[in-house]
Amino acid sequence: MRRLLTVKLLLFSAFFLGHSLIASAKEDASDGSKKDIKTEIKEYIDHHLKDSHDFSIFSYTKDNGEHVYVGIPLPVIIWDDGIKFFSSSKFHHGETIAEAGGDYYALEHGKIYKTDAEGNLSHDEEGHITNPKPIDFSITKNVVMMVITGLLMLWLFSSLARSYAKNNGVPTGAGRFFEPIVIYIRDDIARPTIGEKRYKKYMPFLLTIFFFIWFLNMFGLTPLGINVTGNIAITFGLALLTFLITNFTGTKDYWKHLVDPLGDAMPWYGKLPIYIILVPIELLGLIIKPFALLIRLYANMQAGHIVLMSLIGLMFIFKSWIGSPLSFFLAFAITLIEVLVALLQAYIFTMLSSLYFGFASEEHDHHEEEAELAHL
Amino acid sequence: MEKLLNDFSFGLFVWQTLLFVLLLWLMYRFAWKPILNAINDREDGIKNALAAAEDAKKEMQNVTADSEKLLQEARGEREAMLKEAREIKEKMVSDAKEQAKVEGDKMIAQAKATIDSEKKAAVAEIKNQVADLSVQIAEKVLKEELTNKDKQLKLVDNMLGDIKLN
Repeated sequence: MRRLLTVKLLLFSAFFLGHSLIASAKEDASDGSKKDIKTEIKEYIDHHLKDSHDFSIFSYTKDNGEHVYVGIPLPVIIWDDGIKFFSSSKFHHGETIAEAGGDYYALEHGKIYKTDAEGNLSHDEEGHITNPKPIDFSITKNVVMMVITGLLMLWLFSSLARSYAKNNGVPTGAGRFFEPIVIYIRDDIARPTIGEKRYKKYMPFLLTIFFFIWFLNMFGLTPLGINVTGNIAITFGLALLTFLITNFTGTKDYWKHLVDPLGDAMPWYGKLPIYIILVPIELLGLIIKPFALLIRLYANMQAGHIVLMSLIGLMFIFKSWIGSPLSFFLAFAITLIEVLVALLQAYIFTMLSSLYFGFASEEHDHHEEEAELAHL
Repeated sequence: MEKLLNDFSFGLFVWQTLLFVLLLWLMYRFAWKPILNAINDREDGIKNALAAAEDAKKEMQNVTADSEKLLQEARGEREAMLKEAREIKEKMVSDAKEQAKVEGDKMIAQAKATIDSEKKAAVAEIKNQVADLSVQIAEKVLKEELTNKDKQLKLVDNMLGDIKLN
């Protein structure tokens, strides 16, 4: 335990050391290069928020101006008239172009563009790169983190499952911590929102999505500079699954309610003018619900990372005995809040998914509805 | 919105979806199914154990009530038996008394009858004896009277005297 803590502390200090070295190097070269420290920090944050083609742990600049990156290159897989497969080390962190199968590719702001042998990129008036983009299926940092998270989850929970078999239904070790969470998701999220009869078939998805988001959020707080759940493609994928499950498990009542929300409460000629407005809203609601899910998770994680990194960056801008400790303290406080947010966002995503499933799988008791209307 | 679209990486989306669906299946197969089953089994076990305990409690109460009832019954039976015995005893005593009285009365009546018949016999005997004695006395007196002439005459005189008077 103590050794683990030491390793963590070392990692932390390595992370901050990496930052400070960049900062000090930049300071030395500030008169030489046009970039000031604010732009540097902004770019660093932008870079951090994006997915990356290599797993860099930290980087620093040597006295002679040479950038040194510590990390692991990852495989690049692109589809450009056939699969091309090479190591991301060929890009040298975007500093050089990579050659694969006779074509040349450049890495610019985390995206791969097809270029000529010199690596020239053409820009339009707005500054966007107009070079053709091959479809990028690279095993990026985020993909690696998802695999690691998946393996961690599999290991944790299959060992919990095995401990039940071994100990006659009593969990051991980490399972004692995770079992109440599993039961919480079942009893306080799935059961009340979906209902006693149908909650069981949604449980695997809800549990997986909760722990997947939570673990990835927590990984985002490590100094490894990971931002998986703050990536729009990831949250889009998660929300899409919720959307698909909601609509594929939707009952007849759910669909009927969607296109005929008032039911038999009104004659058709009365409903018609209302439905011209109501039905498009209902159908739009189908998309808005998962869209809100994906934006909420993305924005929360993204914002957390921006705030945290900005506060860390402020230390190098203040460079005073008052400002820097203050901003360090703030960064520390925000980190604590982020730990809460990591859990909260996972909870919210799971809770809302569960609610949508509940709406979709609900079977209305029409007699009850009629009785209600009669009372009105 | 443009930034969002620009940030969107199709490759990452594909990887994420593939990996997540694979993870979902693996987790379902190796983790959630056995975990949820184990939790369910355990909860059922607890529920059953509680129900069994409740049943046992009820059973115990029944047994206690039964034994109480039995005791009550036994007590009642004893009471009844004692009462019956007492009644039998009283009846026997009164019966005996009754019989003794009847017997006594009968004996008394018999004795009375015997006494009566004895008395009658004795009276008859006495009557006979008195008659005998009277005859004998009369015989003796006559004999005496007739043996003496004077006396006989006197007697006749007396008798005649009486007649005369009359």
